[in-house]
Amino acid sequence: MTRRHDGTLPVNRREFFALGALGLLGVSGNVPSWRRIAPQGQDSLPGTGPSGKLWDPSRAGRPFEPVRAADNDAAIQAIEKQLHCTCGCNLDVYTCRTTDFTCGTSPAMHRRVVALAEQGKSAQQILDAFVQQSGVAILMAPPRRGFNLAGYFVPSLLILAAGIALTMVLRRWSRAAAPAAAAPRVPLVPASPDELERLRRELDRLSV
Amino acid sequence: MTVLGSLGLWIAFLVGIWGALAGFVGGRQGRRDLEQSARHAVFAMCAALWVAVAALEWALFQHDFNVEYVASYTSRNLPIFYTWSALYAGQKGSLLFWASVLSLFGSLAMVLTGRRHRALLPYVAGVVCTVATFFISVMLFGQANPFHRLAYTPLDGNGLNPQLQNPGMVFHPPMLYLGYISITIPFAFAMAALLSKRLDVDWLVAIRKWTLLSWLFLSIGICLGMWWAYVELGWGGYWAWDPVENASLLPWLTMTAFLHSVMIQEKRGMLKKWNLALIIGSWLLSIFGTFITRSGVISSVHSFTQSNVGYFFLFFLIAAGTASFTVYATRLPLLAAETKLESMVSREASFLFNNLLFVGIAFSVLWGTLFPILSELVQGTKVTVGPPFFNQVNIPLGLALLGLTGIGPLIAWRRASLPNLQRQFAVPVTVGVFTALVLLVGGMRDLYALMAIALGAFVAGTVVQEFARGARARHRQYGEGYALALGRLLGRNRRRYGGYIVHTGMVILFIAFAGMAFKTETEATLRPGESAVLKSPYGWTYTFTHLGVSQYDALNRQVTAATLEIGRDGKRLGVLTTEKRQHVDGLGRPTFQPSTEVGIRSDLREDLYVVLAGLVNGTEQAVFRFTINPLVWWVWYGGMIVALGGLIVMWPGGGSPAVKRTQAGYAVRLVEDMKA
Repeated sequence: MTRRHDGTLPVNRREFFALGALGLLGVSGNVPSWRRIAPQGQDSLPGTGPSGKLWDPSRAGRPFEPVRAADNDAAIQAIEKQLHCTCGCNLDVYTCRTTDFTCGTSPAMHRRVVALAEQGKSAQQILDAFVQQSGVAILMAPPRRGFNLAGYFVPSLLILAAGIALTMVLRRWSRAAAPAAAAPRVPLVPASPDELERLRRELDRLSV
Repeated sequence: MTVLGSLGLWIAFLVGIWGALAGFVGGRQGRRDLEQSARHAVFAMCAALWVAVAALEWALFQHDFNVEYVASYTSRNLPIFYTWSALYAGQKGSLLFWASVLSLFGSLAMVLTGRRHRALLPYVAGVVCTVATFFISVMLFGQANPFHRLAYTPLDGNGLNPQLQNPGMVFHPPMLYLGYISITIPFAFAMAALLSKRLDVDWLVAIRKWTLLSWLFLSIGICLGMWWAYVELGWGGYWAWDPVENASLLPWLTMTAFLHSVMIQEKRGMLKKWNLALIIGSWLLSIFGTFITRSGVISSVHSFTQSNVGYFFLFFLIAAGTASFTVYATRLPLLAAETKLESMVSREASFLFNNLLFVGIAFSVLWGTLFPILSELVQGTKVTVGPPFFNQVNIPLGLALLGLTGIGPLIAWRRASLPNLQRQFAVPVTVGVFTALVLLVGGMRDLYALMAIALGAFVAGTVVQEFARGARARHRQYGEGYALALGRLLGRNRRRYGGYIVHTGMVILFIAFAGMAFKTETEATLRPGESAVLKSPYGWTYTFTHLGVSQYDALNRQVTAATLEIGRDGKRLGVLTTEKRQHVDGLGRPTFQPSTEVGIRSDLREDLYVVLAGLVNGTEQAVFRFTINPLVWWVWYGGMIVALGGLIVMWPGGGSPAVKRTQAGYAVRLVEDMKA
């Protein structure tokens, strides 16, 4: 089955709702799927050969530079994942530059990271350089010092404290309930087959 | 029609004020005429608001660009279903949608629960009218009127943001809204029970069913949102701990806690205070989520344009929170537990710890979301709290919760004995430990992923064991075939076994989340005919060969499409297309920045996720990002199974808990009789 992530399905309204219902039921895409290439309206580059000019480059967004080795460098990516892109996207630099291809901020920050790395600076020195310039908000997570420690530890400490308190309360309750539970009970006598059958029927009816 | 829409808003506003007054006064004084009037006010408000919705839809479909909202979110060439969904694409329209759906839910509550909860209904009507009137007043007095007209009429509208032009957006926001909005009904019943001092089991029945409905909508909405983010935003993931995502998770967590703890109240008459607090808290968190989305107080990719409606929401949040908890505090003496916990090793105790974790995770998510504001207030420095923070705090808590998901159902109510524990835990623990060993021997070294899968196996073991034992018991007692026994087991105790199906869905989700720890990605620049290679975590080598770039027009956009041939270990698999889209209005003018359409090839093991970043110097030489995301399909499957389990749990029938309690009491007496 073809699964499309296309905003404009070539279907009428009825088919659209049917597709929606199928999608909700999880029928669509249950099998490994492929996008089939839809017949295209126009070939942009008839006979122009490999890497020919585009028919209208302005439609494809801003022009790109070819990828360099540094772009795929795991160390560079690790640094960029700790830096907050300042374009307002709320993403880290690496995610933004490889996602929002209209953003001019994250590529500029990436170039700066690469330049600093090429100067021989360590990851921490690069992060420090960004913090010096833009403040700690440039980091994806606050540095672990001062009041920020509260950010990291308050939830865990509160949950721990609540857990301890809960354990103590439960223990007190269960101790208080223990004497009642230990009270002598009426000795059990085996039930007759009729009684057991009656019990089964009732339990079945109650689904307990 | 917009005049009719505005009129509808004003009528709904006035009727809402009357309904709120009549509801509270009528309920307090026991005046049947006012009670009746409050009920009717809910119906009248609903009718007036849906007239306003129809008027706005009419303006959208008529391309009445003199209406500011229509000009801002649609264009002449916008496909029909996105024109329809533009109703809730913007701030003003979504406020109208909120109020309208709330009034509809309120009316349904009046009709469906009319007989059983007659004494509560005036207060329910009062609360529904108050909340809906607040939303209407934001529209009327907060410069958010969707029927506001411009001084001129543009030739065409701006169109809908390209990222919202995805089928996921047709379903995801309404589902989330339905989840958020329907929480108001259990909240209204809770307040009604508190105000009327009718705090018996009866109110719990209404609250539980509506909470389940909210929970189901919210679960589906969150999953659809994850799917939309994955296929549309192009960053290769589905959850980014964005404040708006967090805001949707918060009420989901507290409602899930409630759906567990309410069982203790039904079976043992305990935790009444806690359950009411959870319901009030869930509703306040849903309003908080709306505040976050609309105030601009915290930056988020999902939020609406910053506007002054945030102040309205902040005021309402504080006022409603204060009022609710004041009423709650005055009724605390009436909410004493009927019984006490008997043992630390009991299902009640495990549910309490489960609640602690749910609420703890909700708190840590809320804390992280608000920490930037707190930091600015305390130290004068704004900080960013992103995924590294949330993952660090929440993953261990999530894993603990997964463990409890398995432990809870295995422990007996009231008091579990050692032989009982041994019998219950032997198989699931063995399955979990065996899975962990297999993964370790197989070379998995990611601690969190390993724990998620091993704990998932343990929980799955408990679910299978519960089904197997239940089916075997029926097989023995009634001689039913195993398939029939399984079906009847599920059908006759939908709550219990539907719950296990939800647990199964959660296990699948956790394992799928763990898969993302093994994601691999690379960027490459390819000319037509050139290939890039990427290793999958399963050891396969994928080859992506650039076939070329096409440009063509389609509906409301100009498309630049790059096609790649995919091979795995030298074997051709097929082709994949990824696009750049420049959306245009009806006059051919560009409307938004070019957007990216991801090419995704899914199978049960992994997704190939290809993004066309851009083109080099106006040629077919293209820059791509290639990502391999393991187990992503299981996120969607897990979500579907959770929703299916939720549906089974809430499927009508089986009697009310009150009735069941009475019956269960009878069953206990029956057993006592037999003992005697």
